[in-house]
Amino acid sequence: MEKSSYPLTSDITRLRCATPPRKLRLLLSLKSTLSLTLCILPFDLADYQISQTITMASLQMAALLSAPSTPVASDRVRVGSLRLSASSSSASRNGCALVVRSEAKVSGGGVSARGANLVTHVVAEKAAAAATSADSKPGHELLLFEALREGLDEEMERDPTVCVMGEDVGHYGGSYKVTKGLATKYGDLRVLDTPIAENSFTGMGIGSAMTGLRPVVEGMNMGFLLLAYNQISNNCGMLHYTSGGQFKIPIVIRGPGGVGRQLGAEHSQRLESYFQSIPGLQMVACSTPYNAKGLMKAAIRSENPVVLFEHVLLYNLKERIPDEEYVLSLEEAEMVRPGEHVTILTYSRMRYHVMQAAKTLVNKGYDPEVIDIRSLKPFDLYTIGNSIKKTHRVLIVEECMRTGGIGASLRSAIIDNFWDYLDAPILCLSSQDVPTPYAGTLENWTVVQPEQIVAAVEQLCK
Amino acid sequence: MRRSRTVTHAPDGEFGPDLAEVFGPRQSDGGPELVQLLTPEGERVRHPEFDREFSAEELRGFYRDMVLTRRIDTESTALQRHGELGIWAQLLGQEAAQIGSGRALRPQDFAFPTYREHGVAWCRGLDPLKLLGLFRGVDQGSWDAQEHHFGNYTIVIGAQTLHATGYAMGVQRDGAVGTGDPDRDAAVIAYFGDGASSQGDVNEAFIFAASYNAPVVFFCQNNQWAISEPIERQTRIPLYQRALGFGFPGVRVDGNDVMATYAVTQAALQRAREGSGPTFVEAYTYRMGAHTTTDDPTRYRLSDDVENWKLKDPIARLEAYLRRNGLVEDGFTDHVAAEAAELGERLRAGCKQLADPEPLSVFDHVYADLPPELAEQRDGYAAYLASFEGAQA
Repeated sequence: MEKSSYPLTSDITRLRCATPPRKLRLLLSLKSTLSLTLCILPFDLADYQISQTITMASLQMAALLSAPSTPVASDRVRVGSLRLSASSSSASRNGCALVVRSEAKVSGGGVSARGANLVTHVVAEKAAAAATSADSKPGHELLLFEALREGLDEEMERDPTVCVMGEDVGHYGGSYKVTKGLATKYGDLRVLDTPIAENSFTGMGIGSAMTGLRPVVEGMNMGFLLLAYNQISNNCGMLHYTSGGQFKIPIVIRGPGGVGRQLGAEHSQRLESYFQSIPGLQMVACSTPYNAKGLMKAAIRSENPVVLFEHVLLYNLKERIPDEEYVLSLEEAEMVRPGEHVTILTYSRMRYHVMQAAKTLVNKGYDPEVIDIRSLKPFDLYTIGNSIKKTHRVLIVEECMRTGGIGASLRSAIIDNFWDYLDAPILCLSSQDVPTPYAGTLENWTVVQPEQIVAAVEQLCK
Repeated sequence: MRRSRTVTHAPDGEFGPDLAEVFGPRQSDGGPELVQLLTPEGERVRHPEFDREFSAEELRGFYRDMVLTRRIDTESTALQRHGELGIWAQLLGQEAAQIGSGRALRPQDFAFPTYREHGVAWCRGLDPLKLLGLFRGVDQGSWDAQEHHFGNYTIVIGAQTLHATGYAMGVQRDGAVGTGDPDRDAAVIAYFGDGASSQGDVNEAFIFAASYNAPVVFFCQNNQWAISEPIERQTRIPLYQRALGFGFPGVRVDGNDVMATYAVTQAALQRAREGSGPTFVEAYTYRMGAHTTTDDPTRYRLSDDVENWKLKDPIARLEAYLRRNGLVEDGFTDHVAAEAAELGERLRAGCKQLADPEPLSVFDHVYADLPPELAEQRDGYAAYLASFEGAQA
């Protein structure tokens, strides 16, 4: 859906490196002093009947925001039955995208006829209390689950066909708080609590995608989606093909997976391993707040069905991310640490174990190149290949089990494409082919630890 | 392609025709068909179909069972808060449902629990320390299911109803149904919750049980919540009415009334043992605690709701009845309280003494016969563990 009114996204829709582009930010702030543009949500104005009031309000906002660098306190501009206000936090963030947000709450009593005359309240964002101290650095700090939420929120604002469904996503805000506050904002049909029937609500999501919605289906734990495997494989993955291209399934299936802290065998599965064979699916794994938000937005905008793998233990990672809107590419890997001696390919939580091992390795005189592959299906063989051509040694570190994991497929792909560039056999560190134990110490033993990574690199570089 | 309209809320909370007109208004007291023999105030009431006389011994037994079960529950919750257990699923408020149904089981009956049936485990003779071992992670559930006729705890929602139905079909084919011999005729009971009733597995179990006339009692503890999702999200009609659609009788019993739960479950089990097939028993109760120790119910439910249900406490009403009828003159309640304190001490001490599992044990029981490739992985792993400084030989 083309958005004509976001002035900044055309500059930064595709970000190719891991760190936010400082140069671009400078450019943008220059731009901001020259022109102020209001971004208005693509309401269906005929339905919501607020076109006039928005125009009025936007003119008033333009006056109020003539000095964009001054933090604007959360003003409330009363316009008829609407309250419009600048998102004070976004004004103070140096970005110029003023987003008029709509809270789809029904005012007063009930609504008589379904869907007609919905009054939407447009309310202020909570004033960013910590804005003053963080003002010196560009961007804003948040936790990974908040980044996911921010991405989801932005996409839901931008496109009214985006909706969420899953267990406990509505009023509870999601088991990992990814959808917190969204039900209050968008209503409980757009953020839908479902009965406990994964096969059914995944099927429902797929059905809704076929008829024009862009659902985000949450599996409370990815492992539960095994109950929906039939839907994911046969309908989600294959319907575009089996319908001769008539049905698109722009669905996002997301949720936490991976080995957590004592969640038990059934709740510690690596579904990327099981899903990777399904034709028609795209799979990505996020690992930082920055790429979490970018991948969430990209996944929602993609016309393909995308499975977004989050990790149970990474939700509280904190990072400073840009205020400006950005969307990452679904098919790209992320260069975490450039190096010369060995290419370490990893994703999700293992990225952190690898980086921890990298510290030790650097002390020992090694120079590992660490790549977070991010795109699990398809692999970004361009980035990976360039790295292998440089280092000639590959170590894959994954959380999947040895048999049939992402590592196994990646190894295969590397051998097919870059055999001539390898100076040593590809090493792959994976979990053992055992169910994840519930006991904490045993659970740790089944996950690749940094010491093992160090030992593997030393072995590779001998 | 039909253009989607974004409707952001359900008009007046209804998604379809007003079912209140069809089935009557929803009752928070369980409705007119609720089977009850003991009111929340501890008064005895009669029921035309499911009544029976209870001896003093039986009632005092129920009281003791519920108090001790509640003690196990509170001790374990405390142990989890102290870091001694990874997690604990609390049954607070559901003691009567579990003791009532658990005590109706005969030794040869088989029970399939979820992860919250600590009261039923108690009835089946399990040492509560075995439950702690599971939640502490020192083992995968160390009790012998066959010995206690009590299955392993499972966190996969609803799948155990299929297991129960299959087991019941096996009992049928073993000729242990409808013989008339009270020591031989056996039934199966499958425990699950209101949330689980939405799962495909559970509904498929109903279909199979009906189709094969399996001797299984589907015992649903409707504690009104599936984590944060209220019962209204799972069903538009009282759960027990679903059974009729599948072809077998359904009964709603006051899950906080141990007498009624016992009477109804006993009747349902007897039906199964005689060969009359499955029954759905909905125990109408309330999850007074959280879903598990990782949940915070204050985020999604009103404390008024919880306060209301405190007035319906299962133990309080039985104690009131016992006192009023002079059945605890002999200091019985003090004696039980002392027993509970002792049990609590034993659990606290015993929990910390449970032995941690060995690292290599991750490879045990993955297969019945260890295949060579996995044996290699294990050997490689043992060598890796031994390579650490200070590793024991």
